[in-house]
Amino acid sequence: MSEYFPLIIKLSYFVAAVLFIVGLRRMSAPGTAKGGIVWAGFGMVIATVVTFLTPDMHNYWLILAALVSATVIAWVSGKKVAMTDMPQMVALYNGMGGGSAAFIGAMELYKATNGHTMSVIPTSLALIGVFIGAISLTGSLIAFGKLQGLIDKRYTFPGQNIFNGIFALAVIGFGVYTFSHMEAMNLWIFFGGSLLLGLLMTMPIGGADMPVVISLYNAFTGLAVSFEGYVLGNWAMIVAGMLVGAAGTLLTQLMAKAMNRTIGNVLFGSMGGDDSGGSDGEQGEMKEIEGADAAIMMAYAERVIIVPGYGLAVAQAQHKLWEMTQLLTDNGVDVKFAIHPVAGRMPGHMNVLLAEAGVPYDMIEDMEDINPQFKQTDVALVIGANDVVNPAARDDPSSSIYGMPILETDLSKNVIVIKRGRGTGFAGIQNGLFFKDNTKMLFGDAQDAISELITGLKEL
Amino acid sequence: MIDGFVAVYVFMLAAFVGNEIISKVPVVLHTPLMSGSNFIHGIVLVGAMVALGHADTQLEKVFGFIAVFLGAGNAAGGYVVTERMLEMFKTKKKDKGDKK
Repeated sequence: MSEYFPLIIKLSYFVAAVLFIVGLRRMSAPGTAKGGIVWAGFGMVIATVVTFLTPDMHNYWLILAALVSATVIAWVSGKKVAMTDMPQMVALYNGMGGGSAAFIGAMELYKATNGHTMSVIPTSLALIGVFIGAISLTGSLIAFGKLQGLIDKRYTFPGQNIFNGIFALAVIGFGVYTFSHMEAMNLWIFFGGSLLLGLLMTMPIGGADMPVVISLYNAFTGLAVSFEGYVLGNWAMIVAGMLVGAAGTLLTQLMAKAMNRTIGNVLFGSMGGDDSGGSDGEQGEMKEIEGADAAIMMAYAERVIIVPGYGLAVAQAQHKLWEMTQLLTDNGVDVKFAIHPVAGRMPGHMNVLLAEAGVPYDMIEDMEDINPQFKQTDVALVIGANDVVNPAARDDPSSSIYGMPILETDLSKNVIVIKRGRGTGFAGIQNGLFFKDNTKMLFGDAQDAISELITGLKEL
Repeated sequence: MIDGFVAVYVFMLAAFVGNEIISKVPVVLHTPLMSGSNFIHGIVLVGAMVALGHADTQLEKVFGFIAVFLGAGNAAGGYVVTERMLEMFKTKKKDKGDKK
């Protein structure tokens, strides 16, 4: 029987690769998305189980211990985490994958330092895999820390890009040196340098750019997995890793494009770092409004467009928001939700939250569809969004977000902005919208502010 | 071992497939899809298992253990998170009445 094991393994890996492709394909359409992850999940289980049949293996208990403990920890934490914290969990799990690939590569190369022969292509791919896997590990951990609020500022210093650039070149150069001088010490320095590089690269990047960064590291991990798959002669890893590498790269580009930034810009042009923004300083008075008055404004409006942002997610106010929306629609108000492609911390983040609260699809509109409608809208309600509604992106060429597509809420007849404080958004740029004559500010946490609106609506 | 050029072809074809799949995705699904692809590279777990299965020295075992641990975390966590995100897309269709 055991002479068939290698064949069984190869067949199972093939089936797993097919299931991954079908799963990813299904996940890319709303109707079939739910099933897609289950298909891919089956692929993973099959591949994992048959791997135990691999000939000449030992350390079974170690494998089981690591496998079971990590699965339980990740499963429980993934189940428990709040919907709003999903983006950083994706970052964390992604970093783990990158780290896994890096450690596999380091281990295979370490074997090569004491006797095992390794030919040119596997050696170079293993080194590259260690490099990008390590960057993905520490970079994703920093991204996790920033979104989780553990690291609450960007660390910048003059000449940082040049320093990082030189450091990156030094690590790559040392990788080439390690390639020709395969010794354990060189390998560790290279590994450590790559880990440090991921850290240095990610520290200066602001929270607003995190989605793009996470997506980029996701693609990195895919590539690292694919390369280490080659080293191990594992086709499932090669195919799945490259699939993710390519899909992730494209996804990263789509996200960056939605923010009118290039990937290079995100990595090296830390946004809002300097005070070059043209619209600096105060632009007049912010006009405050009481919750009850805001409720009346909306109740007697014909059309209301709600623009949710990260503030909504932080306050977990999506259920309250839907309750308020239902009160408005009962009053005969036409309510729509406008979602900016990068609202929240990831593209689609807001859609997920609104879906969780039970908001039907047909009330939610994309930026291109909703923008022409603001002119005929009586009230635009902005909840915890800032940069995505900043008219400077359209009007002020000197602004650092100039050119980013925005939701043109400033064109509607009235704007109500729910905002926690008077500060600037993640990009650190002053928002002219807040100072406009037709804009009223409702200060407070989204949860409290929407509760006030609900109370106001009920009293009518 | 793998013939180098066969692998190059596979790299290329897999890259095209990945590109092709994503290019028609609605914005709504970007986050779940990123999460889903994050799950799929959790396949690194099987490589880590093989590596640890062939580890001999103490250091190799430590590295292998870390690799399996991280890989399993990637796969399990990636699955749960993706499933939870996509669950929401399913409920909303029939959800209009019964959830008030």
